[in-house]
Formats: sequence, structure tokens, C-alpha cells
Amino acid sequence: MTYPRYIFVWAGLVVLTAITVTSASLNFGRIGILIVLAIAAIKSTLVILYFMNLFFEKRLLLKILVPIAICTLAIFIGMTYTDVLFR
Amino acid sequence: MSSSHSQSVEAHDEGVKARVGIWLFLLSEILLFGGMFLLYSMYRYKNPADFHAGSMELSRFDGTLNTIVLLTSSLTVVVALFSLHVKQNMRRAAIFLAATIGLGLTFLVVKSFEWGAKFEHGLYPGAKFLESQPHGFILFFGLYFTMTGLHALHVIVGMVVLSFVLNFVLRRKITPERINIMENGALYWHLVDIIWIFLFPLFYLIS
Repeated sequence: MTYPRYIFVWAGLVVLTAITVTSASLNFGRIGILIVLAIAAIKSTLVILYFMNLFFEKRLLLKILVPIAICTLAIFIGMTYTDVLFR
Repeated sequence: MSSSHSQSVEAHDEGVKARVGIWLFLLSEILLFGGMFLLYSMYRYKNPADFHAGSMELSRFDGTLNTIVLLTSSLTVVVALFSLHVKQNMRRAAIFLAATIGLGLTFLVVKSFEWGAKFEHGLYPGAKFLESQPHGFILFFGLYFTMTGLHALHVIVGMVVLSFVLNFVLRRKITPERINIMENGALYWHLVDIIWIFLFPLFYLIS
């Protein structure tokens, strides 16, 4: 990484923020929540890969930790939803 | 020559241990906030209209401003780390660390104005006006104060950690060879940013 690349990533994050705010005022209805969450996911991926340097991480253990946490959360949330929706 | 080589190998291993440790801690933080996001999504699913009404009370401008402030602070902390680690520029690292702490303070000031405005309008837990509102509306503000409050607490902790890091850099205790504390402080700061990246659309941008 170099200084310009960090600034490039930051500019990307700011642009994505602008897109989220605009999309919220355009009223997409029900899929609005999916749009803002997808953008938030892209933004956090950018932060994790480039600011937190996982993109250049060589150790397998550290590479797989974040996906493991996401899967754990997905199981928690998925199971709770199946419980609530089909009760 | 050989002894200095083995020392550098040791220092390298030390760095990996420190990284695994901090990442495990960060994952526990993600699960802590994850539980709250789950609660939030359930209540929002059950009270969509009240959550929309609650969100309308929040200032989109303040939320967006704070998002930009935190994103910029993430940039300054990574630039500070890069300046010291790769460019070995102590002075620049110190300046950018100070800027990061300043941006954290800016975030808290904006947040306090926001909370102050809510308090003035009787929108705080236990307020008579809020109690008279629909159930989902009360839940929205309960979650809003709990989650942004816990996040603000994380911002304060991050600022304290980065202040120690800045102090160590100025006293030459953190050097390009011994950078673990600074690296871990920066990783924690990025996590605080990531949590805000999700809090912002969920509370401020309900359409």
C-alpha cells in the first residue's frame, strides 16, 4: 500500500456513503433496507481488506477469522428468524 | 549477525501473536454488537411504521457528517501507521495520530449535540412524552440510545488507547521495529468505524 492508495480507498468509502444517503431519500420501499445493508457490507469489506490490512495477510488463521465470525452471526440471525417467522 | 537475525524472527512471531490476540478480541466485539443488531432487526420487523417514525426524528445531516468524520479518522490512523512502519517518519505519525484523536472528539461533540436535541424534545428513556408514544417508537429510541451509546463508549476507549500510542511514539517507545501496540490500537479504531458503518443506515436511513 502507498499513501495515494489509502486515499483512493477513503474516497471510495465517501462515495459509497453518498450513494447510501441518496438511495434512502429516493424511497425504494421494501428493498431499500437491502440496498443500504449491501452498501454497508461493501464499505466494511473495504475497511477490513485495505485499512485493517487483511488483504496482505499471509497467515491462514487470520485470513479465515472474519469469515468464521460472519458465519457464526449468520447462523444466530438465521435461526432466530426461522423461529420467529414460522412460529 | 546470527543473533540479530534470530531476534528479528522472534519479533516477527511476537507480531503474529499480537495480531491473533487482537483479532479474537475484535470478533468478540462483533458478536456483542451482533446480538444487538439481531434484537434491532426483530423489533424493526415487528414495528416497521414506528421505526420509520422514530428514524424521521433523527438528523440525517448529523449522521452523515459523523460517518464522514469516522471514515476520515480511519484514513488518518492508517496513514499514521504507514508513516511510522514503512516510511519511518516519527513526526508525521504523531501528527496523524493526533488528527485521529481530534476527529474522534469531533464525532463525540456532534453526537452530544444530537443527543441534547433529543433530550430537549422529550425523547429519552423514561421521559413522559416518549412513554406516551406507541410501543415500537419507544423501542426504537431505547435501541438508539443503547447502541449509539455503547458505540460512543467504544469511541472514547479508542481515543484513550490512541492517546497512549501517541505518548509512546513521542517518547520513542514505539519504533518501526516495535509497532504492535500501535497496530492493535489502529485495528480497534477501524472496528469502531465498521460498527458505525452499520449503525448509520439502520437508524438514520429508514425509508
